[in-house]
Amino acid sequence: MQPTDPRDPDYYHRVVDCQWACPAHTDVPEYIRLIALGRYGDAYLVNRATNVFPGILGRVCDRPCEPACRRGRVEASPVAICRLKRVAADLREDITARLPRAAERRNGKRVACVGAGPASLTVANDLLPLGYEVVIFEQHAWPGGLMRSNIPAFRLPAAVLDEEIGYITGMGADLRLGTPVRSLAALLDSGGFAAVFIGSGAPRGKELALPGRDASERIHIGIAWLESVAFGHVTAIGERVLIIGVGNTAMDCCRTALRLGARSVQVMARKPRGFFKASAWELEDAEEEHVAIVVNHAPKAFVVHDGRLQGMTFERLEYELDGERITAQRVIEEVFVPCDDVILAIGQENAFPWIERDLGIEFDAHELPRLDPVTFESTRRGVFFGGDAACGPRNIIEAVAQGHAAALSIDLHCRGEPLNARPPHAVTLQSRKIGLHEWSYRNAWDGRERRLVPHISLRERFRRLDVEVELGFDAARAAEEVRRCLNCDIQTVFEAPRCIECDACLDICPTDCLTITADGAPPAVQARLRAPRLHPAQPLFVSAPLRQTGRIMVKDEDLCVHCGLCAERCPTGAWDMRKSWVHIPQAGDEARCQGPAQRRRA
Amino acid sequence: MSFLPKPKVAHPGLPLNALGLNRRDYEGVMSTLCAGCGHDSVTAAIVQACFELELPPHNVVKFSGIGCSSKTTAYFVAGAHGFNAVHGRMPSIASGAHAANRHLHSIGVSGDGDSLSIGLGQLAHVIRRNPRMLYLIENNGVYGLTKGQFSASADVGTRSRRGDVNEQRPLDPVLLALALGAPFVARGFSGDREQLVPLLKAGLSSGGFALIDVLSPCVTFNDHEGSTKSYAYVREHREAPVALDYIAPRRAIEASYAAGEVLPVTLHDGSRVLLRKLEPDYDPTDRTRAAAFVQERALANEYVTGLIYMEPERRDFHTRHNTADAALNALPFARLCPGAGKLAEILREFR
Ligand SMILES: Cc1cc2nc3c(=O)[nH]c(=O)nc-3n(C[C@H](O)[C@H](O)[C@H](O)COP(=O)(O)OP(=O)(O)OC[C@H]3O[C@@H](n4cnc5c(N)ncnc54)[C@H](O)[C@@H]3O)c2cc1C
Ligand SMILES: Cc1ncc(C[n+]2csc(CCOP(=O)(O)OP(=O)(O)O)c2C)c(N)n1
Ligand code: SF4
Ligand code: SF4
Ligand code: SF4
Ligand SMILES: [Mg+2]
Repeated sequence: MQPTDPRDPDYYHRVVDCQWACPAHTDVPEYIRLIALGRYGDAYLVNRATNVFPGILGRVCDRPCEPACRRGRVEASPVAICRLKRVAADLREDITARLPRAAERRNGKRVACVGAGPASLTVANDLLPLGYEVVIFEQHAWPGGLMRSNIPAFRLPAAVLDEEIGYITGMGADLRLGTPVRSLAALLDSGGFAAVFIGSGAPRGKELALPGRDASERIHIGIAWLESVAFGHVTAIGERVLIIGVGNTAMDCCRTALRLGARSVQVMARKPRGFFKASAWELEDAEEEHVAIVVNHAPKAFVVHDGRLQGMTFERLEYELDGERITAQRVIEEVFVPCDDVILAIGQENAFPWIERDLGIEFDAHELPRLDPVTFESTRRGVFFGGDAACGPRNIIEAVAQGHAAALSIDLHCRGEPLNARPPHAVTLQSRKIGLHEWSYRNAWDGRERRLVPHISLRERFRRLDVEVELGFDAARAAEEVRRCLNCDIQTVFEAPRCIECDACLDICPTDCLTITADGAPPAVQARLRAPRLHPAQPLFVSAPLRQTGRIMVKDEDLCVHCGLCAERCPTGAWDMRKSWVHIPQAGDEARCQGPAQRRRA
Repeated sequence: MSFLPKPKVAHPGLPLNALGLNRRDYEGVMSTLCAGCGHDSVTAAIVQACFELELPPHNVVKFSGIGCSSKTTAYFVAGAHGFNAVHGRMPSIASGAHAANRHLHSIGVSGDGDSLSIGLGQLAHVIRRNPRMLYLIENNGVYGLTKGQFSASADVGTRSRRGDVNEQRPLDPVLLALALGAPFVARGFSGDREQLVPLLKAGLSSGGFALIDVLSPCVTFNDHEGSTKSYAYVREHREAPVALDYIAPRRAIEASYAAGEVLPVTLHDGSRVLLRKLEPDYDPTDRTRAAAFVQERALANEYVTGLIYMEPERRDFHTRHNTADAALNALPFARLCPGAGKLAEILREFR
């Protein structure tokens, strides 16, 4: 087999499942260890360096890291990565003095950002310290985008938003609230902007064109309705509410309806369980509040008499499943479900009515701008997109990641460099051995199960619209949960020439990750692994031929618990445990790190 | 030696044997030997063999003397019985235990020091007695535990780590066992588990005394240039005249062999071994020629490994003495100790 080249920066990065899965590539295990040490402020700053909004994301992140977490493969459930992020935010000491600051001298370049959602805020966060003047145009009277207008306060308190957004605006961003951009052409013509970043989101809720749709005022579009609630324009709802759709917006709508006085809230799903778009934890939280999830109901018509909404008719469906695939569906009957209000939560669309179509900015059939997937530049030079505006409705952490990438592009653009002169991704390694049997990380296996986050009682939580439901871990619970992290960033690094093939590492490995075997074609080698390869998507490390027999060392990274016993039992130090630092370039790095651009100029 | 215990977590895809146990269930406590010691590999091979033979842990009994090698009985089959005897005296203890209960699977682990120096007499007599037991000598050419003095298996010309040269002639446990009539004699290498595990399984199933000399490098005191028991030296200097495949009882023979190519031998418990000749003139059932071959190859600085000699028909200790089938602890006291009256009757016969 071809030996693995661990100098490929993706190799060790992929081993850190959570960091690899995180769009912003937050160094999760590093901040978890800092929490274990009680260094909450440091943990917060490690987070902030990549995800910008630790307190916000520690509450509402979509957490792609958790399904990826290795712990979930080794035993039942992943580390509570997201909730530990919140611990870092909740328990941190005052870190304001350690936050990035705007450059003392401006560099004379102005950048415009459209929208004050997480994407634009990230761009501002990255460019202000470099001396840019950043002007943010926001149509609403508050910054934050959907984080403020749509994510309900019982999940994300306003104070948390204010504080973390304040860290950015406090650097001197020129935030123009209540200032919609009505024409991009005008903005571009106004001159003075070296680049424009469009972070205006995916603002339009999808319609459900069924008979009776326009006959009543009591049929609402989910994201618009949530916005009206957030800004205090809507304060009540009928007793019986139907929510159409079962995505994350539906979950926020149903729980908000309960808080506005609804007695019976039913979420009407077209498909069976297992096919819902909502995250498992959001469903759980809604069902804890006695929201009924009604499966296999396809909406057919709104029933309105004399201008009053009576209810809706649905087709009740039956599905045939083949494993996780629907192979056939059949209508069994038509049913009528009475209600007072209907909230449509079936998705969002992009809309750019304010972008003229003759500016050289191309859009595809879904009204999405055509972009370079790395630089996020549109087909017009100097105009960049990020967040939901770039790819349709996604989530906060992707908006942040794209904001970082776009900020780097903007910096290159403004400095007259090609946008692809980005520093490469890189990994650096540092040994964690500090004694014969001592490692500077806690490598003992802890078999405890995932700790649960306490919730405020059902009675308390409905008193006001903004009572936060999740209470977060306290320091004691956090101290237990952090021990479940396997330290996947403490890498097993192998040096083939040192190995004397004594088998000590193979025999000590608790999860049978290691095999020494004759070289051969990949299927043959894989068939000889000491334990079956359960997840072929996980990388295999393949060494160069070993000195004494020419066989190869193969490591299935899948279930390695990073206990370090292979390194501890190796008589020759062929294995070592080394911390990997993954470097994803951000704006300013290309100037700081003597990247290719710099060298070319020299 | 490691301070961290081996985590209890295991690979969820590990196969189970007929008893519902996985390989890890046959492990013992964490080894305290030097990292990289050959003995730890032998331990892992024993774990593998016991798992594959589906031995109920409580039907296994482990014996050892003194030495790093002898410490290893603590590191496998935690659920087994065991006795750690004084230096060189393990064979007597093992013989006694086996006399009392012939149904237990006996595994003795010793070292070249334990068996070839202080315990040489004990070893010779246990071979003659022929109890059903697997006897391993984890052979590293030194007294590892007492910091690397030459043992009786050190070859002439071997250099110690400090530079001393051994001039005494070595004792080869394989030749000794052949000379004393052992019915199953083999040699393995800790670094070749594919060869060792079938030998261990065959030895455990052989019905008599099975001696396996396992070359097992001492990484700390005898793994340098000038040693004939280092990983590198053994890898370069070994050859196997016979390949042994172990077939469990009632298991079909899957591979197909040309006629005359393999010699199938049925063992005591119904399992079979298939002996494939790699050396055309070699006959693993001819004791004198086997001994000659081992000696010849030794002159050419080669270790003969694999199965060396096998005699399935030898009568073991219990058959020879026509003893009770039941373990002594399972016999009612009245049968075990027939009483003063019976004793007097027996004594009368001798008057
Ligand atoms: C109900 C709901 C719940 C959600 N829950 C979560 C969650 O729990 N976790 C998660 O990660 N994601 C969640 N999301 C998604 C997440 O909020 C978005 O993906 C994210 O906010 C996108 O960020 P953005 O910066 O791209 O755009 P947005 O947050 O949409 O911000 C865009 C901003 O631009 C402004 N704007 C638009 N056009 C103009 C204009 N012409 N001139 C001036 N200003 C303009 C808007 O007013 C808005 O403030 C949720 C979304 C919804 C609808
Ligand atoms: C009666 C007695 N004499 C001497 C010793 C000291 N002693 C301990 S271990 C050992 C030799 C062990 O050598 P070996 O059996 O080859 O084991 P290894 O450590 O090499 O595996 C000796 C001489 C002892 N423990 N008891
Ligand atoms: S165990 Fe820790 S480091 Fe590994 S994927 Fe999970 S959170 Fe990340
Ligand atoms: S660190 Fe080494 S011994 Fe521990 S699980 Fe990973 S490969 Fe196995
Ligand atoms: S413990 Fe070290 S020397 Fe021994 S096989 Fe493993 S890597 Fe090689
Ligand atoms: Mg020895």
